Amino acid sequence: MIEVNRLTKRFGATVALNGVSFEVARGEVLGLLGPNGAGKTTAMRVITCYIAADEGTTTVAGFDTATQSVDVRRAIGYLPESAPVYQDMGVVEYLRFMGRVRGMDDPHLAQRTDEMIETCGLARMAHRVIGTLSKGYRQRVGLAQSLLHDPQVLILDEPTSGLDPNQIVEIRSLIKHIGEEKTVILSTHILPEVESTCSRVLIINEGVIVASGTPGELASQSAGEQHVYVTIKGDPARIEPVLRDSGLASGLRLIAARPDRVRYAITASGEEPEAALFALAVRNDWVLTELHREEVSLEQVFTRLTTRESINA
Amino acid sequence: MRNAWIIAGKEFRSYFSSTIAYVFLVVFLVFTALLFFELQKFFVIGQATLRDFFGLVPILLLFFVPAISMRMWAEERKLGTLETLMTLPVKDWEVVVGKFLASFLFLLLGIALTLPLAIIVGALGPLDWGTTFCGYLGLALLGATYLSIGLWISSTTENQIVAFIGAAVLCTILFLAGVDLILTSLPRWLVPFMKGLSVGSHLDSVQRGVIDSRDIIYYLSMIGFFLFLNARAVEDRMGK
Repeated sequence: MIEVNRLTKRFGATVALNGVSFEVARGEVLGLLGPNGAGKTTAMRVITCYIAADEGTTTVAGFDTATQSVDVRRAIGYLPESAPVYQDMGVVEYLRFMGRVRGMDDPHLAQRTDEMIETCGLARMAHRVIGTLSKGYRQRVGLAQSLLHDPQVLILDEPTSGLDPNQIVEIRSLIKHIGEEKTVILSTHILPEVESTCSRVLIINEGVIVASGTPGELASQSAGEQHVYVTIKGDPARIEPVLRDSGLASGLRLIAARPDRVRYAITASGEEPEAALFALAVRNDWVLTELHREEVSLEQVFTRLTTRESINA
Repeated sequence: MRNAWIIAGKEFRSYFSSTIAYVFLVVFLVFTALLFFELQKFFVIGQATLRDFFGLVPILLLFFVPAISMRMWAEERKLGTLETLMTLPVKDWEVVVGKFLASFLFLLLGIALTLPLAIIVGALGPLDWGTTFCGYLGLALLGATYLSIGLWISSTTENQIVAFIGAAVLCTILFLAGVDLILTSLPRWLVPFMKGLSVGSHLDSVQRGVIDSRDIIYYLSMIGFFLFLNARAVEDRMGK
Protein backbone atom coordinates (compact mmCIF):
# COMPACT_ATOMS: atom_id res chain seq x y z
CA MET A 1 0.00 0.00 0.00
CA ILE A 2 2.75 2.41 0.96
CA GLU A 3 6.31 2.13 -0.22
CA VAL A 4 9.05 4.44 0.91
CA ASN A 5 12.31 4.03 -0.91
CA ARG A 6 15.59 5.61 0.20
CA LEU A 7 13.88 8.74 1.40
CA THR A 8 16.24 11.59 2.18
CA LYS A 9 15.33 15.04 3.39
CA ARG A 10 17.60 17.81 4.54
CA PHE A 11 16.73 21.07 6.20
CA GLY A 12 19.76 23.21 5.63
CA ALA A 13 22.64 21.39 7.25
CA THR A 14 20.45 18.99 9.24
CA VAL A 15 19.62 15.64 7.72
CA ALA A 16 16.13 14.88 8.92
CA LEU A 17 15.78 11.61 7.02
CA ASN A 18 18.71 9.65 5.69
CA GLY A 19 17.91 7.05 3.08
CA VAL A 20 14.90 5.64 4.92
CA SER A 21 13.12 2.69 3.30
CA PHE A 22 10.10 0.79 4.50
CA GLU A 23 6.81 -0.65 3.36
CA VAL A 24 3.36 -0.77 4.83
CA ALA A 25 1.04 -3.49 3.63
CA ARG A 26 -2.69 -3.04 3.27
CA GLY A 27 -4.46 -3.38 6.59
CA GLU A 28 -1.35 -2.97 8.71
CA VAL A 29 -1.12 -0.58 11.60
CA LEU A 30 2.45 0.64 11.61
CA GLY A 31 3.85 2.49 14.56
CA LEU A 32 6.64 4.99 14.02
CA LEU A 33 8.50 5.23 17.25
CA GLY A 34 11.32 7.59 17.98
CA PRO A 35 12.57 10.40 20.15
CA ASN A 36 11.59 13.95 19.34
CA GLY A 37 13.34 15.15 16.25
CA ALA A 38 13.93 11.64 14.94
CA GLY A 39 12.25 12.28 11.61
CA LYS A 40 8.80 10.75 12.17
CA THR A 41 6.89 13.92 11.30
CA THR A 42 9.12 14.61 8.32
CA ALA A 43 8.49 11.13 6.96
CA MET A 44 4.75 11.59 7.36
CA ARG A 45 4.86 14.96 5.68
CA VAL A 46 6.56 13.47 2.67
CA ILE A 47 4.03 10.66 2.46
CA THR A 48 1.12 13.10 2.69
CA CYS A 49 2.76 15.36 0.08
CA TYR A 50 3.10 18.31 2.37
CA ILE A 51 6.83 18.54 1.68
CA ALA A 52 8.92 17.14 -1.10
CA ALA A 53 11.86 14.85 -0.44
CA ASP A 54 15.34 15.63 -1.66
CA GLU A 55 16.00 12.06 -2.74
CA GLY A 56 14.10 8.82 -2.93
CA THR A 57 10.60 7.86 -3.99
CA THR A 58 7.39 7.30 -2.11
CA THR A 59 4.26 5.66 -3.44
CA VAL A 60 0.86 5.41 -1.81
CA ALA A 61 -1.77 3.11 -3.28
CA GLY A 62 0.32 2.98 -6.40
CA PHE A 63 0.55 6.74 -6.83
CA ASP A 64 3.89 8.53 -6.70
CA THR A 65 3.99 11.43 -4.26
CA ALA A 66 6.18 13.49 -6.53
CA THR A 67 4.23 13.20 -9.75
CA GLN A 68 0.71 12.25 -8.70
CA SER A 69 0.39 14.15 -5.48
CA VAL A 70 -3.29 15.02 -5.80
CA ASP A 71 -4.14 11.35 -6.27
CA VAL A 72 -2.06 10.46 -3.24
CA ARG A 73 -3.80 13.06 -1.12
CA ARG A 74 -7.16 11.84 -2.19
CA ALA A 75 -6.37 8.40 -0.81
CA ILE A 76 -5.07 9.64 2.52
CA GLY A 77 -6.66 10.96 5.68
CA TYR A 78 -4.10 12.95 7.67
CA LEU A 79 -4.07 14.25 11.20
CA PRO A 80 -0.99 16.45 11.69
CA GLU A 81 0.67 17.01 15.03
CA SER A 82 -1.40 19.11 17.44
CA ALA A 83 -4.43 18.58 15.23
CA PRO A 84 -4.57 22.01 13.62
CA VAL A 85 -8.14 22.92 12.81
CA TYR A 86 -9.74 26.23 11.90
CA GLN A 87 -10.73 27.71 15.20
CA ASP A 88 -13.20 30.21 13.87
CA MET A 89 -15.47 27.62 12.30
CA GLY A 90 -18.15 25.47 13.85
CA VAL A 91 -17.55 21.73 14.04
CA VAL A 92 -20.15 20.83 11.45
CA GLU A 93 -19.17 23.78 9.26
CA TYR A 94 -15.57 22.64 9.33
CA LEU A 95 -16.34 19.07 8.46
CA ARG A 96 -18.62 20.15 5.64
CA PHE A 97 -15.85 22.36 4.27
CA MET A 98 -13.29 19.57 4.38
CA GLY A 99 -15.73 17.20 2.74
CA ARG A 100 -16.60 19.59 -0.04
CA VAL A 101 -12.97 20.24 -0.86
CA ARG A 102 -12.56 16.50 -1.10
CA GLY A 103 -15.28 16.42 -3.68
CA MET A 104 -17.97 14.86 -1.55
CA ASP A 105 -21.41 15.94 -2.60
CA ASP A 106 -24.11 17.11 -0.30
CA PRO A 107 -26.39 14.24 0.68
CA HIS A 108 -23.45 11.86 1.07
CA LEU A 109 -21.43 14.52 2.88
CA ALA A 110 -24.18 15.27 5.36
CA GLN A 111 -24.52 11.59 6.17
CA ARG A 112 -20.79 11.07 6.59
CA THR A 113 -20.52 14.19 8.75
CA ASP A 114 -23.15 12.83 11.09
CA GLU A 115 -21.44 9.45 11.15
CA MET A 116 -18.07 10.98 11.99
CA ILE A 117 -19.52 13.15 14.71
CA GLU A 118 -20.99 10.00 16.20
CA THR A 119 -17.83 7.90 15.80
CA CYS A 120 -15.53 10.51 17.27
CA GLY A 121 -17.80 11.33 20.17
CA LEU A 122 -18.53 14.89 19.07
CA ALA A 123 -22.30 14.73 19.36
CA ARG A 124 -22.53 17.13 22.28
CA MET A 125 -20.06 19.59 20.72
CA ALA A 126 -21.33 19.52 17.17
CA HIS A 127 -22.76 23.02 17.25
CA ARG A 128 -19.92 24.69 19.04
CA VAL A 129 -17.24 26.85 17.49
CA ILE A 130 -13.99 24.91 17.39
CA GLY A 131 -12.05 27.60 19.18
CA THR A 132 -14.21 27.04 22.26
CA LEU A 133 -13.45 23.34 22.49
CA SER A 134 -10.84 21.74 24.69
CA LYS A 135 -7.74 20.22 23.15
CA GLY A 136 -9.15 16.73 23.38
CA TYR A 137 -12.25 17.64 21.44
CA ARG A 138 -10.30 19.57 18.87
CA GLN A 139 -8.20 16.49 18.34
CA ARG A 140 -11.35 14.50 17.77
CA VAL A 141 -12.48 17.04 15.20
CA GLY A 142 -9.15 16.58 13.48
CA LEU A 143 -9.60 12.84 13.57
CA ALA A 144 -13.14 13.16 12.22
CA GLN A 145 -11.85 15.23 9.34
CA SER A 146 -9.23 12.61 8.53
CA LEU A 147 -11.83 9.84 8.38
CA LEU A 148 -14.59 11.77 6.69
CA HIS A 149 -13.94 10.61 3.16
CA ASP A 150 -13.32 7.01 4.22
CA PRO A 151 -9.71 6.96 3.02
CA GLN A 152 -7.77 3.78 2.42
CA VAL A 153 -4.82 5.15 4.31
CA LEU A 154 -4.74 7.01 7.60
CA ILE A 155 -1.69 8.93 8.76
CA LEU A 156 -1.78 10.11 12.36
CA ASP A 157 0.98 12.19 13.90
CA GLU A 158 0.98 11.78 17.66
CA PRO A 159 -2.80 11.36 17.82
CA THR A 160 -2.96 11.21 21.59
CA SER A 161 -0.60 13.99 22.53
CA GLY A 162 -2.05 16.42 25.01
CA LEU A 163 -5.05 14.28 25.85
CA ASP A 164 -6.09 13.22 29.31
CA PRO A 165 -5.91 9.52 30.20
CA ASN A 166 -9.59 8.86 29.51
CA GLN A 167 -9.44 10.50 26.12
CA ILE A 168 -6.27 8.60 25.32
CA VAL A 169 -7.94 5.29 25.95
CA GLU A 170 -10.88 6.25 23.77
CA ILE A 171 -8.74 7.44 20.88
CA ARG A 172 -6.58 4.33 21.05
CA SER A 173 -9.50 1.98 20.89
CA LEU A 174 -10.89 4.01 18.03
CA ILE A 175 -7.61 3.72 16.17
CA LYS A 176 -7.47 0.01 16.85
CA HIS A 177 -10.97 -0.37 15.48
CA ILE A 178 -10.11 1.69 12.39
CA GLY A 179 -6.95 -0.32 11.95
CA GLU A 180 -8.98 -3.43 11.38
CA GLU A 181 -10.06 -2.17 7.98
CA LYS A 182 -7.61 0.48 6.92
CA THR A 183 -3.90 0.95 6.53
CA VAL A 184 -2.65 3.16 9.33
CA ILE A 185 0.65 4.80 10.13
CA LEU A 186 0.81 6.42 13.48
CA SER A 187 3.70 8.10 15.17
CA THR A 188 4.29 8.40 18.84
CA HIS A 189 6.89 8.44 21.50
CA ILE A 190 4.60 6.80 24.02
CA LEU A 191 5.61 3.16 24.07
CA PRO A 192 2.52 1.55 25.60
CA GLU A 193 0.53 3.10 22.78
CA VAL A 194 2.53 1.19 20.22
CA GLU A 195 2.15 -2.06 22.08
CA SER A 196 -1.59 -1.70 22.32
CA THR A 197 -2.45 -0.49 18.84
CA CYS A 198 0.23 -1.46 16.34
CA SER A 199 0.86 -4.64 14.46
CA ARG A 200 4.33 -3.56 13.46
CA VAL A 201 6.83 -1.03 14.73
CA LEU A 202 9.63 0.99 13.22
CA ILE A 203 12.03 2.65 15.58
CA ILE A 204 13.56 5.74 14.06
CA ASN A 205 16.42 7.72 15.47
CA GLU A 206 18.20 10.67 13.91
CA GLY A 207 16.74 10.06 10.49
CA VAL A 208 17.55 6.36 10.29
CA ILE A 209 15.50 3.24 11.02
CA VAL A 210 17.22 1.40 13.83
CA ALA A 211 14.76 -1.42 14.35
CA SER A 212 11.77 -2.96 12.66
CA GLY A 213 9.36 -5.74 13.57
CA THR A 214 6.35 -6.63 15.67
CA PRO A 215 6.48 -5.46 19.26
CA GLY A 216 7.13 -9.04 20.34
CA GLU A 217 9.92 -9.58 17.80
CA LEU A 218 11.68 -6.44 18.87
CA ALA A 219 11.60 -7.44 22.48
CA SER A 220 13.05 -10.89 21.83
CA GLN A 221 15.61 -9.65 19.29
CA SER A 222 17.10 -7.37 21.84
CA ALA A 223 16.74 -9.81 24.65
CA GLY A 224 20.42 -10.64 24.64
CA GLU A 225 21.23 -11.88 28.01
CA GLN A 226 18.39 -12.05 30.42
CA HIS A 227 18.51 -11.78 34.12
CA VAL A 228 16.61 -13.89 36.59
CA TYR A 229 16.14 -12.39 40.01
CA VAL A 230 15.97 -14.77 42.96
CA THR A 231 15.61 -14.16 46.68
CA ILE A 232 16.39 -17.11 48.91
CA LYS A 233 15.71 -17.40 52.61
CA GLY A 234 18.42 -19.18 54.38
CA ASP A 235 22.01 -18.91 55.47
CA PRO A 236 23.85 -16.75 52.92
CA ALA A 237 27.16 -18.41 53.56
CA ARG A 238 25.81 -21.80 52.63
CA ILE A 239 23.71 -20.68 49.69
CA GLU A 240 26.32 -19.08 47.52
CA PRO A 241 28.69 -22.02 47.06
CA VAL A 242 25.79 -24.25 46.10
CA LEU A 243 24.66 -21.82 43.49
CA ARG A 244 28.11 -21.47 42.04
CA ASP A 245 28.65 -25.18 41.89
CA SER A 246 25.30 -25.85 40.33
CA GLY A 247 26.50 -24.81 36.90
CA LEU A 248 23.21 -23.12 36.18
CA ALA A 249 24.39 -19.60 36.20
CA SER A 250 27.02 -18.21 33.92
CA GLY A 251 27.06 -15.13 36.06
CA LEU A 252 26.04 -14.52 39.59
CA ARG A 253 25.67 -11.13 41.11
CA LEU A 254 24.78 -10.42 44.69
CA ILE A 255 22.28 -7.62 44.94
CA ALA A 256 21.33 -7.59 48.60
CA ALA A 257 22.23 -9.62 51.65
CA ARG A 258 20.55 -9.80 55.02
CA PRO A 259 21.27 -12.18 57.82
CA ASP A 260 18.44 -14.43 56.82
CA ARG A 261 18.15 -13.98 53.08
CA VAL A 262 20.03 -13.06 49.95
CA ARG A 263 19.03 -11.63 46.58
CA TYR A 264 20.92 -12.47 43.43
CA ALA A 265 20.74 -11.49 39.83
CA ILE A 266 21.62 -14.52 37.80
CA THR A 267 22.60 -14.31 34.19
CA ALA A 268 20.95 -17.44 33.08
CA SER A 269 22.16 -19.93 30.61
CA GLY A 270 19.90 -22.67 29.43
CA GLU A 271 16.30 -22.73 28.42
CA GLU A 272 14.35 -22.33 31.60
CA PRO A 273 16.60 -21.35 34.41
CA GLU A 274 13.66 -20.73 36.70
CA ALA A 275 12.67 -24.38 36.69
CA ALA A 276 16.20 -25.49 37.40
CA LEU A 277 16.59 -22.96 40.18
CA PHE A 278 13.35 -24.09 41.70
CA ALA A 279 14.50 -27.69 41.64
CA LEU A 280 17.77 -26.68 43.22
CA ALA A 281 15.94 -24.84 45.98
CA VAL A 282 13.77 -27.84 46.68
CA ARG A 283 16.78 -30.17 46.89
CA ASN A 284 18.47 -27.84 49.37
CA ASP A 285 15.40 -26.99 51.37
CA TRP A 286 15.53 -23.29 50.58
CA VAL A 287 12.53 -21.00 50.63
CA LEU A 288 12.25 -18.89 47.52
CA THR A 289 10.52 -15.60 48.12
CA GLU A 290 11.27 -14.18 44.68
CA LEU A 291 11.90 -15.80 41.36
CA HIS A 292 11.33 -13.77 38.27
CA ARG A 293 12.82 -13.10 34.89
CA GLU A 294 13.47 -9.59 33.80
CA GLU A 295 11.26 -9.01 30.80
CA VAL A 296 12.97 -6.92 28.19
CA SER A 297 10.37 -4.31 27.51
CA LEU A 298 9.91 -2.26 24.41
CA GLU A 299 11.01 0.66 26.50
CA GLN A 300 14.38 -0.93 27.06
CA VAL A 301 14.72 -1.80 23.41
CA PHE A 302 13.92 1.77 22.57
CA THR A 303 16.33 3.26 25.04
CA ARG A 304 19.05 0.85 24.09
CA LEU A 305 18.70 1.58 20.40
CA THR A 306 18.23 5.28 20.53
CA THR A 307 20.77 6.27 23.10
CA ARG A 308 23.47 3.92 21.95
CA GLU A 309 22.99 5.10 18.40
CA SER A 310 23.40 8.67 19.45
CA ILE A 311 26.58 7.83 21.26
CA ASN A 312 27.97 5.98 18.27
CA ALA A 313 26.92 8.59 15.75
CA MET B 1 -11.52 25.82 -10.19
CA ARG B 2 -14.35 24.43 -8.11
CA ASN B 3 -12.03 24.02 -5.16
CA ALA B 4 -10.86 27.61 -5.54
CA TRP B 5 -14.44 28.78 -5.05
CA ILE B 6 -15.00 26.49 -2.09
CA ILE B 7 -11.89 27.83 -0.43
CA ALA B 8 -12.83 31.38 -1.36
CA GLY B 9 -16.24 30.97 0.24
CA LYS B 10 -14.77 29.63 3.44
CA GLU B 11 -12.11 32.34 3.66
CA PHE B 12 -14.57 35.13 2.90
CA ARG B 13 -16.89 33.93 5.63
CA SER B 14 -14.03 33.66 8.07
CA TYR B 15 -13.27 37.36 7.66
CA PHE B 16 -16.57 37.96 9.40
CA SER B 17 -16.12 35.48 12.19
CA SER B 18 -14.38 38.07 14.29
CA THR B 19 -15.11 41.72 14.86
CA ILE B 20 -11.98 42.73 12.98
CA ALA B 21 -13.73 42.78 9.64
CA TYR B 22 -16.48 45.02 10.85
CA VAL B 23 -14.05 47.37 12.58
CA PHE B 24 -11.98 47.49 9.44
CA LEU B 25 -14.91 48.37 7.20
CA VAL B 26 -16.18 51.03 9.56
CA VAL B 27 -12.79 52.65 9.95
CA PHE B 28 -12.18 52.57 6.21
CA LEU B 29 -15.53 54.16 5.45
CA VAL B 30 -15.25 56.78 8.16
CA PHE B 31 -11.77 57.76 7.07
CA THR B 32 -12.76 57.94 3.45
CA ALA B 33 -15.79 60.08 4.09
CA LEU B 34 -14.02 62.30 6.56
CA LEU B 35 -11.03 62.94 4.35
CA PHE B 36 -13.09 63.45 1.23
CA PHE B 37 -15.66 65.81 2.65
CA GLU B 38 -13.52 67.65 5.16
CA LEU B 39 -9.84 67.48 4.34
CA GLN B 40 -10.26 67.77 0.63
CA LYS B 41 -12.70 70.62 1.15
CA PHE B 42 -15.43 69.20 -1.01
CA PHE B 43 -18.04 71.67 0.06
CA VAL B 44 -15.69 74.60 -0.32
CA ILE B 45 -14.81 73.65 -3.86
CA GLY B 46 -18.44 73.02 -4.65
CA GLN B 47 -17.97 70.77 -7.63
CA ALA B 48 -20.04 67.65 -8.14
CA THR B 49 -17.10 65.47 -8.94
CA LEU B 50 -15.46 62.49 -7.29
CA ARG B 51 -12.07 63.28 -8.70
CA ASP B 52 -10.53 63.96 -5.31
CA PHE B 53 -12.16 60.83 -3.95
CA PHE B 54 -10.43 58.75 -6.59
CA GLY B 55 -7.21 60.54 -5.83
CA LEU B 56 -7.57 59.88 -2.14
CA VAL B 57 -8.62 56.23 -2.00
CA PRO B 58 -5.51 54.79 -3.70
CA ILE B 59 -3.48 56.28 -0.90
CA LEU B 60 -5.80 54.93 1.77
CA LEU B 61 -5.65 51.52 0.16
CA LEU B 62 -1.89 51.49 0.66
CA PHE B 63 -2.68 51.02 4.30
CA PHE B 64 -5.99 49.20 4.24
CA VAL B 65 -5.26 46.51 1.69
CA PRO B 66 -2.23 45.08 3.51
CA ALA B 67 -4.51 44.87 6.53
CA ILE B 68 -6.86 42.64 4.55
CA SER B 69 -4.17 40.39 3.16
CA MET B 70 -1.83 40.04 6.10
CA ARG B 71 -3.57 37.16 7.83
CA MET B 72 -4.33 35.07 4.78
CA TRP B 73 -1.20 32.92 4.68
CA ALA B 74 0.73 34.04 7.74
CA GLU B 75 -1.94 32.92 10.16
CA GLU B 76 -2.35 29.52 8.53
CA ARG B 77 1.34 28.93 8.70
CA LYS B 78 1.54 30.03 12.29
CA LEU B 79 -1.38 27.93 13.49
CA GLY B 80 -0.32 24.92 11.48
CA THR B 81 -3.57 24.75 9.53
CA LEU B 82 -1.62 25.17 6.31
CA GLU B 83 -0.49 21.60 6.74
CA THR B 84 -4.05 20.32 6.78
CA LEU B 85 -5.03 22.53 3.87
CA MET B 86 -2.14 21.65 1.61
CA THR B 87 -2.53 17.93 2.19
CA LEU B 88 -6.05 18.03 0.81
CA PRO B 89 -6.45 16.93 -2.82
CA VAL B 90 -6.24 20.47 -4.17
CA LYS B 91 -3.77 22.01 -6.54
CA ASP B 92 -1.57 24.73 -5.12
CA TRP B 93 -2.87 27.32 -7.53
CA GLU B 94 -6.45 26.57 -6.48
CA VAL B 95 -5.60 27.59 -2.94
CA VAL B 96 -3.76 30.70 -4.11
CA VAL B 97 -6.64 31.77 -6.33
CA GLY B 98 -9.21 30.91 -3.68
CA LYS B 99 -7.57 33.10 -1.11
CA PHE B 100 -7.16 35.90 -3.60
CA LEU B 101 -10.82 35.73 -4.57
CA ALA B 102 -11.93 35.86 -0.96
CA SER B 103 -9.85 38.91 -0.11
CA PHE B 104 -10.80 40.60 -3.35
CA LEU B 105 -14.48 40.10 -2.64
CA PHE B 106 -13.98 41.58 0.79
CA LEU B 107 -12.19 44.56 -0.72
CA LEU B 108 -14.98 45.00 -3.25
CA LEU B 109 -17.41 45.03 -0.40
CA GLY B 110 -15.52 47.85 1.23
CA ILE B 111 -15.34 49.81 -1.98
CA ALA B 112 -18.99 49.17 -2.75
CA LEU B 113 -19.93 50.53 0.63
CA THR B 114 -18.56 53.91 -0.44
CA LEU B 115 -21.29 54.15 -3.08
CA PRO B 116 -23.57 56.15 -0.79
CA LEU B 117 -20.89 58.80 -0.90
CA ALA B 118 -21.07 58.88 -4.68
CA ILE B 119 -24.84 58.95 -4.53
CA ILE B 120 -24.75 61.91 -2.20
CA VAL B 121 -22.45 63.80 -4.52
CA GLY B 122 -24.70 62.86 -7.41
CA ALA B 123 -27.66 64.24 -5.56
CA LEU B 124 -25.91 67.52 -4.96
CA GLY B 125 -25.02 68.23 -8.55
CA PRO B 126 -24.47 66.88 -12.05
CA LEU B 127 -22.15 63.96 -11.50
CA ASP B 128 -20.64 62.25 -14.51
CA TRP B 129 -21.61 58.66 -13.78
CA GLY B 130 -19.58 57.28 -16.68
CA THR B 131 -16.41 58.75 -15.26
CA THR B 132 -17.44 57.59 -11.81
CA PHE B 133 -17.96 54.03 -13.01
CA CYS B 134 -14.53 54.01 -14.63
CA GLY B 135 -13.07 55.39 -11.47
CA TYR B 136 -14.56 52.58 -9.41
CA LEU B 137 -13.34 50.02 -11.92
CA GLY B 138 -9.88 51.49 -11.64
CA LEU B 139 -10.07 51.31 -7.85
CA ALA B 140 -11.03 47.65 -8.00
CA LEU B 141 -8.09 46.86 -10.27
CA LEU B 142 -5.71 48.90 -8.19
CA GLY B 143 -6.93 47.29 -5.00
CA ALA B 144 -6.59 43.85 -6.54
CA THR B 145 -3.02 44.65 -7.47
CA TYR B 146 -2.18 45.72 -3.92
CA LEU B 147 -3.91 42.57 -2.69
CA SER B 148 -1.85 40.28 -4.87
CA ILE B 149 1.28 41.94 -3.52
CA GLY B 150 0.01 41.66 0.05
CA LEU B 151 -0.91 38.01 -0.36
CA TRP B 152 2.49 37.17 -1.74
CA ILE B 153 4.21 38.88 1.19
CA SER B 154 1.88 37.12 3.59
CA SER B 155 2.89 33.76 2.14
CA THR B 156 6.53 34.40 2.90
CA THR B 157 6.18 34.83 6.65
CA GLU B 158 4.47 33.52 9.75
CA ASN B 159 4.20 36.93 11.30
CA GLN B 160 1.17 39.01 10.37
CA ILE B 161 2.83 42.28 11.36
CA VAL B 162 5.77 41.57 9.08
CA ALA B 163 3.30 40.70 6.35
CA PHE B 164 1.47 43.96 6.86
CA ILE B 165 4.54 46.17 6.92
CA GLY B 166 6.19 44.39 4.02
CA ALA B 167 3.10 44.73 1.87
CA ALA B 168 2.53 48.36 2.82
CA VAL B 169 6.12 49.27 2.07
CA LEU B 170 6.21 47.48 -1.28
CA CYS B 171 2.91 48.95 -2.40
CA THR B 172 4.05 52.41 -1.32
CA ILE B 173 7.28 52.12 -3.25
CA LEU B 174 5.43 51.03 -6.36
CA PHE B 175 3.01 53.86 -5.88
CA LEU B 176 5.59 56.55 -5.27
CA ALA B 177 7.80 55.37 -8.09
CA GLY B 178 5.28 56.75 -10.56
CA VAL B 179 4.67 60.03 -8.85
CA ASP B 180 6.06 62.98 -10.78
CA LEU B 181 8.02 64.29 -7.85
CA ILE B 182 10.04 61.10 -7.73
CA LEU B 183 10.24 60.61 -11.48
CA THR B 184 11.84 63.96 -12.08
CA SER B 185 14.63 63.20 -9.66
CA LEU B 186 15.54 59.92 -11.34
CA PRO B 187 18.14 59.55 -14.11
CA ARG B 188 16.61 59.99 -17.56
CA TRP B 189 17.05 56.45 -18.77
CA LEU B 190 15.27 55.04 -15.74
CA VAL B 191 12.12 57.07 -16.14
CA PRO B 192 10.25 55.06 -18.81
CA PHE B 193 11.08 51.89 -16.94
CA MET B 194 9.73 53.21 -13.65
CA LYS B 195 6.72 54.68 -15.34
CA GLY B 196 5.89 51.33 -16.84
CA LEU B 197 6.26 49.46 -13.61
CA SER B 198 4.85 51.77 -11.05
CA VAL B 199 1.35 51.78 -9.81
CA GLY B 200 1.47 55.53 -9.42
CA SER B 201 1.70 56.23 -13.10
CA HIS B 202 -1.20 53.98 -14.01
CA LEU B 203 -3.69 55.80 -11.92
CA ASP B 204 -5.24 57.69 -14.83
CA SER B 205 -7.99 55.14 -15.09
CA VAL B 206 -8.76 55.80 -11.52
CA GLN B 207 -8.33 59.49 -11.15
CA ARG B 208 -9.68 60.86 -14.36
CA GLY B 209 -12.17 58.10 -14.83
CA VAL B 210 -10.72 57.18 -18.16
CA ILE B 211 -10.33 53.53 -19.10
CA ASP B 212 -7.04 53.09 -20.83
CA SER B 213 -6.31 49.58 -22.05
CA ARG B 214 -2.67 50.00 -21.18
CA ASP B 215 -3.61 50.54 -17.56
CA ILE B 216 -5.86 47.50 -17.51
CA ILE B 217 -3.14 45.36 -19.05
CA TYR B 218 -0.73 46.71 -16.48
CA TYR B 219 -2.99 45.85 -13.55
CA LEU B 220 -3.85 42.39 -14.81
CA SER B 221 -0.21 41.61 -15.50
CA MET B 222 0.84 42.76 -12.05
CA ILE B 223 -1.89 40.71 -10.42
CA GLY B 224 -0.89 37.65 -12.41
CA PHE B 225 2.76 38.18 -11.63
CA PHE B 226 2.29 38.47 -7.88
CA LEU B 227 -0.13 35.56 -7.72
CA PHE B 228 2.53 33.53 -9.48
CA LEU B 229 5.10 34.65 -6.90
CA ASN B 230 2.58 33.72 -4.22
CA ALA B 231 2.27 30.19 -5.57
CA ARG B 232 6.03 29.88 -5.87
CA ALA B 233 6.56 31.06 -2.29
CA VAL B 234 4.09 28.47 -1.01
CA GLU B 235 5.72 25.69 -3.01
CA ASP B 236 9.16 26.79 -1.97
CA ARG B 237 8.35 26.43 1.69
CA MET B 238 7.26 22.89 0.99
CA GLY B 239 10.46 22.12 -0.80
CA LYS B 240 8.85 21.64 -4.16
